[in-house]
Amino acid sequence: MNIRRSSNGFAFLVLLTGLIMVIVFNLTGTSSAQPKLKVGILHIGSIADAGYNQAHAEGAQVMKKNLPNIELIEVENVPEGADAERVMENMIRQGAQLVIPASFGYLDPALRVAKKYPDVKFEHPGGYKLAPNLGTYWASTPEAFYLMGIAAGKTTKTNKLGYVVALPISFFLANVNAFHLGAQSVNPKVETRVVFTGTFLDPGKEATAANALLDQGVDVLGVIVDSPITVVQSAEKRGAFSVGYHYIGVQKFAPKGWISGIAFTWGELYTRFAKQVMDGTWKSGALLGDLASDYLTIAPFGPGVPSAAVELVNAKKKEFISGKLNVFQGPIKDNKGVERVKAGEAFPIAALGKMDWLVEGVIGQAK
Amino acid sequence: MIGSSLQGLLSGSIIAGTPLLYATLGEVIGERAGIINLGLEGVMLMGAVVGFSTTVKTGNPALGVFAAALAGALFNMIFGFLVIERRANQLASGLALMFCGVGLSALLGAPYIGSQIKGLNEIRPPILSDLPVAGPILFHYDILVYLVLPIAILVWWALFYTRWGLSLRAVGEKPTAAFAAGKHPYRLQYQALFIAGLLGGIAGAHLSLAVAKTWAEWMTAGRGFVAVALVIFSKWHPLRAIAGALLFGGAIALQLQMQARGVPVSPFLLDMLPYLLSLGVLAVWGGARRHAAPASLGQVFRGTE
Repeated sequence: MNIRRSSNGFAFLVLLTGLIMVIVFNLTGTSSAQPKLKVGILHIGSIADAGYNQAHAEGAQVMKKNLPNIELIEVENVPEGADAERVMENMIRQGAQLVIPASFGYLDPALRVAKKYPDVKFEHPGGYKLAPNLGTYWASTPEAFYLMGIAAGKTTKTNKLGYVVALPISFFLANVNAFHLGAQSVNPKVETRVVFTGTFLDPGKEATAANALLDQGVDVLGVIVDSPITVVQSAEKRGAFSVGYHYIGVQKFAPKGWISGIAFTWGELYTRFAKQVMDGTWKSGALLGDLASDYLTIAPFGPGVPSAAVELVNAKKKEFISGKLNVFQGPIKDNKGVERVKAGEAFPIAALGKMDWLVEGVIGQAK
Repeated sequence: MIGSSLQGLLSGSIIAGTPLLYATLGEVIGERAGIINLGLEGVMLMGAVVGFSTTVKTGNPALGVFAAALAGALFNMIFGFLVIERRANQLASGLALMFCGVGLSALLGAPYIGSQIKGLNEIRPPILSDLPVAGPILFHYDILVYLVLPIAILVWWALFYTRWGLSLRAVGEKPTAAFAAGKHPYRLQYQALFIAGLLGGIAGAHLSLAVAKTWAEWMTAGRGFVAVALVIFSKWHPLRAIAGALLFGGAIALQLQMQARGVPVSPFLLDMLPYLLSLGVLAVWGGARRHAAPASLGQVFRGTE
């Protein structure tokens, strides 16, 4: 009232207009850009390994592209254990509200950090434990390996397929089994030989293992180690075909012999996680995707794959998605002759972690 | 099929054994001069990473091998400075060098992970490589495989049939006596470590440029330590080192071949095969005095004051 009576009415009006302008400007500023989110991601190895780590790293890049207001804190080569805890805490101190510890072995360190910082959200790949602020995500891979088996079984000329695998771990055995069952479904004469290198990273040994398989007449090589580069290149060098795993862009290492690969494309999933954290709808949970998910992808096919095989793979993919087809549909015997799945039954996907045998037709020792 | 398996086994042994042999030869020279170098793993890694990155940059694997050898030699000079100049403990310095090499190679190699190279070409000499059985076993390799035997013979000749070799061995046995005879123990030890570094670097380059054709962190996966063990195995003799490296490389190739052939033995047990074999041979050969270690191995020469 005092002001209105004063002769400074004009000045007041100017101030008021200014104030309104500032408020409006601020409002438009905040509405055009959502609240900024810092996301921390830890990798166990190098993000250029054309394998497991690169798949996660490119997922994070896609998320950043989808949501430009995201700030990414990315650290490579973080050892599992106390180092991982320190890196995560450091990310949180920098303001990270979503942390993706992108290696199986980060699970326990992440749980400890998650307990300490209940407001920060964690998403851990392939784990088996949850916390109120720690969720887990992965995709079931046997179906995809089955599809790769179909493509390999249709492409092989020697009817001998081979797999170079780090260790006889249940999930890897399940993948190799699925691959063989897929190949067998289109080519009853096919056999799959598997060699375990005993380590996730020894390119010299991987080359020797690949050559040992090729010496046996194998003409399609698959690989489950950290980086597929050595095995895929070894196959290409000797004119054999290859199947990739983890990262979508392995084809450049085998332009001629490339069949296809099972790839994780985490980008859209990470985008959803980040959006949920930003709008407060994030909830802890165990997410297990499948062929219908946008984060489990069949890589583009190479030139040596018959088009009929590509069509069959696509048809079978639809059958998996609709639930018509089951990878481990009995009767299934293991390669020692023991019946593992009875006729009319199917091996439960939830029990894959207990699969410690190789199916009939796979040449190799599961333990 | 048996034929092709045997062929595969032999060529697999040769390929797996070659980097081991280069590294072992280098370590033999160093230990003959009285210096045990547990840092060989780091030297190999430096060779592997410098060889690979040079090849990526220049597209020339020969230049890569050259750079790798030089990098290995220079890196080994750090060790030389510690144990010769500063008279530090050899075992501790060696381990420090190893970890330093692991870290430094990872740092240098990070931008090159996932890079694609053509690598060392296979050289197939005409006529010889077409021989029915011997051709694929003996003549389908890169240049470093062909060179390793002549280099082993050269090392043997240099150590046992030259004045330089005699002096070097004298330094390893009794440096004071060598010094009294007018030799320069330090100079000879530096020379030995330089050559050992060259060979260690080439060993790493063979792994990254010919065998795996890729760079990965700590890709030597313990081969440097295997080479140190192979020196004992070969009783400090370059020609016996050939047999040792082939045997060990052969054991690695054999266990993978056995898996590929479907031999019903646990993969865990097969993975132990190379080490079981080493233990077996050591148990049989024992520590016969005739081929014992150089008398002053691992000791610090403090001059004759």
